[in-house]
Amino acid sequence: MGVTRDHLGRPVVAITGMGVVSSLGQGIDDNWAALTAGRSGIHRITRFPTEHLRTTIAGTVDFIFPEEVRSPVLSERLAHLAADEAVAQAGIGSPGDFPGMLFMAVPPVELEWPARRDLFAAASSAEGDAYDRMIVRALQENDVDAYEFALYGCVADRIADSFGTRGSPVSLSTACASGASAIQLGVEAIRRGDTDAALVIGTDGSIHIEGLIRFQLLSALSTNNEDPTAASRPFSKNRDGFVMAEGAGALVLEDYDAARARGAKILGIMRGIAEKQDDFHRTRSTPDGSPVIAAIRQTLDDAGAGLDEVNYINAHGTSTPENDKMEALSLAAVFGEHIAGIPISSNKSMIGHTLTAAGAIEAVFSVKTILEGLIPPTINHDVPDPSIPLDVVPNVARAAPVSLVLSNSFGFGGQNACLLIGAEPA
Amino acid sequence: MSTAPADEIWITGIGLISSLGEGLDAHWQVMAEGADRAAPIDTTRFAPFPVYPMAPLELDKQIPRRADQRQMETWQRLGTYAAGLALDDSGLKGDLDRLSRMDMIVAAGGGERDLEVDGQILAGLAQGANETFLNERLINDLRPTLFLAQLSNLLAGNIAIVHKVTGSSRTFMGEESAGISAVEIAARRIRAGQGEVFLVGGAYNAERKDMLLSLALGHMLWQGGDVPVWARAASGNGGVVTGSVGAFLVIESRAHAEARGKRPHARLASVLSGRSRRKPGEARAVAERQLAELAPLLGSEPLAVVSGASGLAAPTLEERAFHEGLIADGRVAAVRAPQSWIGNSLETTFPAQVGLAALAVSRQGFYLPKGDAAIERPFDGAPRQVLTTSWGFWRGEGMALVEAVD
Repeated sequence: MGVTRDHLGRPVVAITGMGVVSSLGQGIDDNWAALTAGRSGIHRITRFPTEHLRTTIAGTVDFIFPEEVRSPVLSERLAHLAADEAVAQAGIGSPGDFPGMLFMAVPPVELEWPARRDLFAAASSAEGDAYDRMIVRALQENDVDAYEFALYGCVADRIADSFGTRGSPVSLSTACASGASAIQLGVEAIRRGDTDAALVIGTDGSIHIEGLIRFQLLSALSTNNEDPTAASRPFSKNRDGFVMAEGAGALVLEDYDAARARGAKILGIMRGIAEKQDDFHRTRSTPDGSPVIAAIRQTLDDAGAGLDEVNYINAHGTSTPENDKMEALSLAAVFGEHIAGIPISSNKSMIGHTLTAAGAIEAVFSVKTILEGLIPPTINHDVPDPSIPLDVVPNVARAAPVSLVLSNSFGFGGQNACLLIGAEPA
Repeated sequence: MSTAPADEIWITGIGLISSLGEGLDAHWQVMAEGADRAAPIDTTRFAPFPVYPMAPLELDKQIPRRADQRQMETWQRLGTYAAGLALDDSGLKGDLDRLSRMDMIVAAGGGERDLEVDGQILAGLAQGANETFLNERLINDLRPTLFLAQLSNLLAGNIAIVHKVTGSSRTFMGEESAGISAVEIAARRIRAGQGEVFLVGGAYNAERKDMLLSLALGHMLWQGGDVPVWARAASGNGGVVTGSVGAFLVIESRAHAEARGKRPHARLASVLSGRSRRKPGEARAVAERQLAELAPLLGSEPLAVVSGASGLAAPTLEERAFHEGLIADGRVAAVRAPQSWIGNSLETTFPAQVGLAALAVSRQGFYLPKGDAAIERPFDGAPRQVLTTSWGFWRGEGMALVEAVD
């Protein structure tokens, strides 16, 4: 733990490495080029048949691994790619020996239909129900991968093995706020002095048939299938739901002084974090926005930042009617008259909603926005919503100096998590 | 992590439900005084696997709104119920001001599937249905609310809705390790001033074939009767018996508890997580390092141990050898294994053990031996310090030290 302290006397947390995979590509450079060109990664689903589905588009990551794999395997692979890039950029430790803890947002797991189908088909027993038969069959098999990837700790455990992180890895889920929660856990650990470095990852490779249908049944997904690239329309009047997507984001967080001492290039500073649990409903927010408002205010307080210091907001911006209205209302309530002067854009207009990974991927893009002085647009913004009077950086990227970014992440179950990411110097 | 008097962490609330019954008195009466358990082991419903089923509960007592009950699957009801018991026990139930600042870490897996729907779909697929059959059946047969009842973080969401715990909310996943990290990180955050009062715990519904299927793939499960973990481990590869458990703890800084005039069950002196790849001897090496880290905190009396031994042969025998070494050195007096009573509850295992350790300290006694007298040695008197260990059935080694508050 070094000597540099923030306004509350805590160690300062630096970002020294970043990596990303999304439907736009692998690696920061490809993603950033696409993102600032206003290109969409959303396409028709080819992974599984889409007959009978109201939504037939997604941001699946199909371009790296040609063969079909189970969701946790894809989640692990995407995480691995993003973490490789982040650790290489940070230049920390040595291959397989990361000198810090691992906090990882991973999708919940379970046996999937292909595995169930195979077990059932191979079952010789005709006694009992389908599960009785599959259990008899399971006891005759010895498929270690099938077993381990049905454990909730498996993906993070394998990443911990590959990267040689210290201690017990933490796997977590706060639904669509998970990536931000992973970052928050890393920030807190460094502020406590528990570790000088943390590898934080959000990953999601979980688009499979049942997963898509679950969100469809909740009427959460866009059904604008005709032109997939135009389906995700955050903050537009004609938005009709989010587009499921896959990807991973990884960051190396370090104690500021430890990073300086080893000569690392500091990409940005994790200035503030906070979250506030909503108690209103399982999928809907308190109508007056008070938990979201509290989360943003607490984040500003945690950073010791004034309203006029925030010069870009990386929105949660899912493109659902409910989220975007609530987010806009809450931002207006917190920032008051300042809001008119703050550009706000949603990466999800191009990469879709990467669910468990979203908070981490969007944090990576937020840092990149600071470093490049270029704000990615909100694309597909052709029909503004008069009830959302925000500067959403419509359709075209904008050059502007950015020194402090608010990144929002909200999730089912009342999860509201925010990050304030600042430019170096701390 | 070690304790200085100024930053003590107190366990001020415990909510515990299992096959033994509901609440602290029920668990004490069965495990320490020999009373009958509320629900016997069930060896038929999930044959070939035995399961410790949940004791009968009156859900209305902790989840007053039927609409809320309907929105949850069983595991969420158990967790929301146990969380309510912990809040009652801590005196914080209904204290909306403090609850709005209470942070929550839940250790959770996922929710139950609709087995009937799965069975119909599998039968259809086996009869050669075309590949769009799966889409059609899922769209028509899945209940929209089931997804929310399956999501890992929706236990926390339900606790917020029912009990109004609305500080921060994180859900950790990953079997026993999730529970270990949940308690450890809550304690570390309190000590560092990153929160004053936490609700930590989880719930596991063992009475479900979908989870038994996943565990059966790994050949983890015991087949047979109600056998203590030590005897299971001595029989071939041994095996785990899963049990339905809900366990939540309220832990807070001493200052926060004293400010509201609350006395604790016990002090949480230290919590340590660890991880090994489980080659022979590796888990024991982790435990040896953890114990060495705790050494400055240990008094002169031999420890009472609440062990997370699962009955799976390799880790259970290795852990047993670890404890027997400590017994031979006079550092441990007696070991008890709650999984011989309530089974393994995955993510909930460790919070439940910390609760049982704190209960023993506060009741100034220890639990009855169950099974092998060579390891479950007699213990008379009041334990000042209870060590609890948890070696996951797959991965993760945790240890906590709980001690009496004078």
